[in-house]
Amino acid sequence: MTGDTILDVENIELVYNKSVQVLRGLSLKVPRGQVVTLLGSNGAGKSSTLKAVSRLLSLENGEVTAGRIRFDGQDTRGMEPHALVRKGLFHVMEGRRVFEDLTVEENLTAATFALSGRGVKRTSFDMVYDYFPRLYERRQSRAGYLSGGEQQMLAIGRALIAQPSLILLDEPSLGLSPLLVEEIFTIIGRINRQTGVSMLLVEQNAAVAFAIAHYGYIMENGKIQLDGPSERLMADQDVREFYLGQSDGEKSRSYREIKHYKRRKRWLS
Amino acid sequence: MSDWLFFIEVSLAGLGSGALLSLTALAFVLIYKATQVVNLAVGEILMLGGYLFFAFAAGMGLSPWVAIPLAVIGGGIVGGIVERGIIRPMLGEAAISVFMVTVGLGSVLVGLVELIWGTDPRSLPNFIATAPLFLGEAYVSRKIAVAFVVAGIVVTVFLVLFRFWRGGVALRATATDQAAAYSCGINVPGVFSLAWIIGCATAAGAGVLLGAISGISPTMGIFGLSALVVVIVGGLDSILGALVGGLALGLIQSWTGTYLGGEYTSVVTFSLLIVALMIRPYGLFGTHEIERL
Ligand SMILES: Nc1ncnc2c1ncn2[C@@H]1O[C@H](COP(=O)(O)OP(=O)(O)OP(=O)(O)O)[C@@H](O)[C@H]1O
Ligand SMILES: [Mg+2]
Repeated sequence: MTGDTILDVENIELVYNKSVQVLRGLSLKVPRGQVVTLLGSNGAGKSSTLKAVSRLLSLENGEVTAGRIRFDGQDTRGMEPHALVRKGLFHVMEGRRVFEDLTVEENLTAATFALSGRGVKRTSFDMVYDYFPRLYERRQSRAGYLSGGEQQMLAIGRALIAQPSLILLDEPSLGLSPLLVEEIFTIIGRINRQTGVSMLLVEQNAAVAFAIAHYGYIMENGKIQLDGPSERLMADQDVREFYLGQSDGEKSRSYREIKHYKRRKRWLS
Repeated sequence: MSDWLFFIEVSLAGLGSGALLSLTALAFVLIYKATQVVNLAVGEILMLGGYLFFAFAAGMGLSPWVAIPLAVIGGGIVGGIVERGIIRPMLGEAAISVFMVTVGLGSVLVGLVELIWGTDPRSLPNFIATAPLFLGEAYVSRKIAVAFVVAGIVVTVFLVLFRFWRGGVALRATATDQAAAYSCGINVPGVFSLAWIIGCATAAGAGVLLGAISGISPTMGIFGLSALVVVIVGGLDSILGALVGGLALGLIQSWTGTYLGGEYTSVVTFSLLIVALMIRPYGLFGTHEIERL
């Protein structure tokens, strides 16, 4: 089973500050080489899920109190975040988080620490510049001066430098124009196809996420409500209405349908 | 002797002690940048460096050229132990509590030194020739010239390393965003340790140079306060600020000491601090207000 599952999250519960419970028995899997998307509304716990996986949670006084997370077959409990990165799990955090005082090139240099102790050849920065030619033009500028889109490219570029086997992407579309979102998602899809890296993609923009994801999970209130292959989710009546903002035919959102959605949610949970 | 020549000599001496201030300020900056801790014990680590050199060179009779690296390494070891044993367990505590702990640490070090070596000032074995040096017609003490050159080289090396060495990038990345640094695979606790080790080693080295010029005593840690003024004015996380600020304060102290009298130097130094804090009211802990000079 570990052979084709790169990430296996089993029934985790997550508590912040020993008091606020955010995840309540969440499970999901990422098959090797695939893009899996995790959708949900604000505050559903998507970012928390990613932080639990990358263990950056420990910096925020959060704790996984139950369940198990296995990356590449190995239980990640107690691992230090940087050690996990060096094993090939790279988390592109929400809000880009580039090092603003450092240049584009220095940001990429920082990510080379992910290769420490792995005995692999240093990734050439050219690979990043091939995917994102705009970064090449700005390679000497301070990252703080880049546009939002360029910063997102840089954040993904750092992940490329790290040669990971799994990338966690937290809302790469955040705050970008529709055109730029499309450009970046096209490149994300290409990275997956060309390098074979697995991805767990958190999004609020379900339409673009489904465009590149093989499989999707939808979460509410700290657990998964619905999951399935992208095509099936996209065809699902509730998903179309609540996540893709489409309603079929002339019918508008009716009370009955909302009831139906709620019933279904309860049934699934 | 012309007034002009005298002024130049006073200024040269000021630049010499200014370079030592820069070096000590560098210790503050390294530690602050990585761990956001204002380590008030830097002055006492500096003093410890002077005493370690004294112990190795005078006590054990080792050659100064062996005793110097040993004193520097000793400072680094103390820094590493303090970081691992005291500072790291306090991670997440309020900045002021950690600051107070370093104040306590300083007193403990003073107490230890007094217990072992007593309270009397001592002079270090000479390892710099005493023959005076002339720059044109101006006289400079050779010790001060050596201190200036060594401190200047060390600070410059740090500036270059910070910019071009991969470890320098790791330190700056950690200073900007710890979580993001972790996410890039940077060993953040390792950066903390390294910064404390290198910072305290630097302070100990400054202590040897300062001791060579003016002798050692358990109270010489006061020098750290002047260096603290430098970093508050120059920017707690700016190496360049430490360099420029140190030289400037060295000059100012030398001029006031000579033309107004020795009792004025600390008045002027701390007045300067007050003015700087008034202009930048978030001073000590409001990092963003004092980030860069
Ligand atoms: N460090 C923290 N300490 C305490 N509570 C937190 C912390 N981080 C997140 N939370 C809480 O956990 C819940 C889930 O937050 P999370 O950031 O995981 O949501 P999200 O699904 O990523 O939302 P968004 O789409 O807005 O990014 C929220 O109610 C939030 O207030
Ligand atoms: Mg989020």
